[in-house]
Formats: sequence, C-alpha cells, structure tokens
Amino acid sequence: MRQACLEAVHALAKQDPRIVFIGSDLGAGTLDQFKAEMPDRFFMEGVSEANIIGMAAGMAMEGRIVYVNTIATFLTRRCFEQVAVDLCLTGARVRLIGNGGGLVYAPLGPTHEAIEDLAIFRALPNMRILAPADANEMRRLMPATVEAAGPVYIRVAKGGDPLVTGDDGPRELGPAVIMRRGVDALFVTTGITLRLALDAAQLLNREGVDAGVLHMPTVKPFDTEALLASAEPVSAIVSLEEHSTIGGLGGAVAEALAEAGAAGKRLRRIGVPDVFPDQYGSQDSLMARYQITAGDAARTVQELLKMVNGSVAR
Amino acid sequence: MVEAMRAGNRGHLASAFSVTEILRVLYDDVLRYDAGRPGWPDRDRLILSKGHGCLALYVLLAEKGFFPAAELDRFCARDGLLGGHPEYGRIPGVEASTGSLGHGLSIGIGFALNARRERRATRVFVVVSDGETNEGSLWEALLCAHKHRLDTLVAVVDYNKQQSYGGTAEVLDLEPFAAKWQAFGFAVTEVDGHDTGALRAALTGTPLIPGRPTAVICHTVKGRGVPFMEHNPHWHHKSKLTDDEWRGLRQALEAA
Repeated sequence: MRQACLEAVHALAKQDPRIVFIGSDLGAGTLDQFKAEMPDRFFMEGVSEANIIGMAAGMAMEGRIVYVNTIATFLTRRCFEQVAVDLCLTGARVRLIGNGGGLVYAPLGPTHEAIEDLAIFRALPNMRILAPADANEMRRLMPATVEAAGPVYIRVAKGGDPLVTGDDGPRELGPAVIMRRGVDALFVTTGITLRLALDAAQLLNREGVDAGVLHMPTVKPFDTEALLASAEPVSAIVSLEEHSTIGGLGGAVAEALAEAGAAGKRLRRIGVPDVFPDQYGSQDSLMARYQITAGDAARTVQELLKMVNGSVAR
Repeated sequence: MVEAMRAGNRGHLASAFSVTEILRVLYDDVLRYDAGRPGWPDRDRLILSKGHGCLALYVLLAEKGFFPAAELDRFCARDGLLGGHPEYGRIPGVEASTGSLGHGLSIGIGFALNARRERRATRVFVVVSDGETNEGSLWEALLCAHKHRLDTLVAVVDYNKQQSYGGTAEVLDLEPFAAKWQAFGFAVTEVDGHDTGALRAALTGTPLIPGRPTAVICHTVKGRGVPFMEHNPHWHHKSKLTDDEWRGLRQALEAA
C-alpha cells in the first residue's frame, strides 16, 4: 500500500506541476525515479519534521500541493502544533503520508506504533483523514487528494496487505462504502480491518447471522448519513480499528449513534485498549493480543445479539 | 500602538517597541509590496515570527494602506480584524499565522524555495525574537536554509536580551549568539536595532555573502523609549493598565 501511495504521488506529479514531494530521512532509493525526473520538486530534508511541516506550509501557501512522507507517529505526535497552526489553521494543501499506521511497527515498539493518530488528527478543524484498506483503494483515492481543500492525512498500512477491494470502489474522499449488506449486525471498518470484518461476516453467516460491513476509508469528514442508514435495520454494531478505542473510528461511530438516539441497539468498539503495546512480535500478534481479529469480531456480535435478545444474564 | 493597546486593554507593548525601528525600515525602505494588491506574487515576504510584537506590525500595515487605521481602535475586540497575534488569511499583508514561536523561519523557507522554482526575485524576511531561538524547530530551519543556500532569506533577530520571565542569560543563555548563527551557515551582521540608518544599510545589503542566508542580529531594548518599561519583565505582556500607567506611558512618549 505504501508503494502504491508513493507511485501515485509520482504519477500525479508528472501530470501536475504544482505537486512537490518532501521526505524526512526515508529509506535509500525512495522515489528515485521521481527525483531523477523532477529534481526541483523532490526534497529529502532529514530528521527535522517540524521544519518540514512549516516548509511544506510555506510552499502550499504559494500555490503548491505538497506531499510529505515520514513515519506516522512523527507526523502526529511530534508535529502536532505545526500541523494545527501551519496547516489546519491556514488551510494549506499539504498531504501527510504516515507510514506504519496502527501496529505495523510492532517489532520496533511503542515509539513507532501509531495507535492514536486518527484521534489526534480528528480533533483538528479542516483536517481530512484517509485510511485505505489496501493498495487498490489507495490507488483509487490518491487522485482525489490533489484538489481536496486543506490538509489531508493519509494513513498507510504495512505493504503487501491482502487485496479486499477492487477497481470499482469510490474515487472521492468522504463517502463510506457498503461492502456487504446485513440485517442482524453491522461492522464498521477503516484501513486494513475491512478484511477482518469481511471474514467475520462470513463466519457469522455460517451461524445464521446476517452481518453487514460498512467501510470508511475516509474517517474525517465522517459519513454519518451512511452509518445511520446501514445501522438502521441491525441491533448489534461493532466498530473495528487498528487504533485506540478512544477517539478514532469507534469514537466517531459512538458519537454519531448516540446523538442519533440509536434506541435498542448495542455498540462495541474493538481496537487497542487504553494502553501502550507491551509486546513486540508482529502486527498480527499484537492484533491478536488486543482481540482485533475476525474471530473476536464475530464472537462480539454474538454476545451483543444475546444482550439485545435478553437471553444473557447481565 | 499605545492607543491600540488601550483599545484592547492588553498587549505585548514592550515587544512591539523592541522591533518598531526594524519594521519601520523594512516597510519604508526595503520591502517591495503593493498594499492594494497584498497577493501580488512578486512582492517580498515579511513574516513576523515573533507574532506577539504585532502591535508594531499592525500600525505599519494600517499606515501603508493594507486596512483602515480605524481597525487599530478595535484591537482584540470581539468582532475586530486584529487580534493579539497575526493571522494569515484574515489580515491583509500578514503572510503567516504566528504567535506560537519557532514556526516562521520554516514557512519562510517554503516561500523562498517556491520563489526560486518560479524564478522570482522575491526576498523573504523573517523577524524572530531572541526567546524564540529557544525553540529547537528554529535550528532545524537554520540547517535547512543553509543546505539550500537560500540567500534570498534574511532572519532579522530582535536581540533585546529579555524574555517573559527575565533575561535571556538567566532563562536560557544564547551566547555566543552570532557565532551560533555563523556555525549554522548564515552570513551574520550585527547592528543597533534602533539605529534606522544602520538597519537600512544592513537590510538593503543582503545577501551579505552570495549563496548564504543572512542573519541580521539587531541589538535592541525591550520597551525602548519608555524608561519604566525598558528591561522590565513585568511589561512583557500587560493587561488592565491603571490610569497612572496610561498617564506614565503618554508622558514618556511625549518626552521621547
């Protein structure tokens, strides 16, 4: 997915002379072809992320469209104030490509795990947040990032993630995607958790439960209308994210449902609990540790349905 | 500035008095701009990175015609144009939203790099405070400006040796200050920041060395011109002045 994202930046830059790329201290060879073809629009500025955001803002205020790439935690945690003031307050068209959204960097530990990036940026006015499910969705949505007003955060997963979307999905920022319709339960996903929800829906189908999947590649602005429409027939709703349960997708779902008065429905947010990950291993092993799996998602739906049906002692 | 501060009943007046001559010389004699066309692409850019000194900037922008002078009487008012820190996109002539320190030089680098790419002769002046150089992001920007040999970039440093709590030597010592800028690749000159002739010579003479960004370190006095304000940390930010303080201010300015 990361490769698809950077390839898209390269292809878009070839068509649009306004586009500039700034990396921090990325891996050797990153976008070499871009650099060779458009050297005056390629910058590698070192481990100076705060300066990079300001520099990108300055270029964007002059009419450029600037794609900045570094590790997600450095964009969200380290540069929060530069992002808030230089980008969001001014509405600068800077696109922040965050590597390793979620638990991707499990072996590197908590300094590199972006478990609250969505929450941090959701709180910022004028920010847009994208978290595609796979390389196909990334490829489809990248062209829409060129003209989008204000800053955009693009959450990038590991790379080599299984393909679960095709070429025919939406090509604009904002709309949620109905991946599967269901009348008993609804999964709401963003990023790579789409795959887990699709698997969970299949597991439930075998048990006679009809679960739908609503995928949100755009977390902000949040497609409340699509959520409420998909939630309307069901009584159990489960959000799934590779992120803290605080303030991310699950937070947005809970806020929207609570304000709409979703009487008689039960919601559970699956995600990283309010802790820093305490193990290394792999992305998958941490997902399992925090019960962000298809099996856990299916089990959670069954629990919620029992609660709704009143057959479980509280 | 005093009248605007009186209207808002607050402000960083001493910080504004520290940069008054610097901004006066820039707007009178150095910058190319057209107040009727604040977005004119070939203009020079001026970023007041020490945004808290904005009273001095606002008075000059009004005088030059960027907005009506009557706005000064609504400083910090609920529906006023002018707040306690400059805002880009809101106030004509303001090139960046500043107030949080350590941002302006990086934004200026973006302006300068873009001008280079568009082959414009635009110069970029960024006025930073001495306290602002406590911020690590500023030194990141110095590394970057040197790397790109941005000789259209000029950092104008208001070195009044006072910050909010007290003297810079006490809070976070900056010396040897000029040597630090030099070590980061800037061509450095030092002037009396209240001597308009010296300022004019330094600011019109950039780049000092072709291929290098310039730092003009201006030795200034915070609260310059008002004896009870000079070097007095209690005047860094003031609100709710007493009648005696307003009278004292007026008398000091009339005597100056």
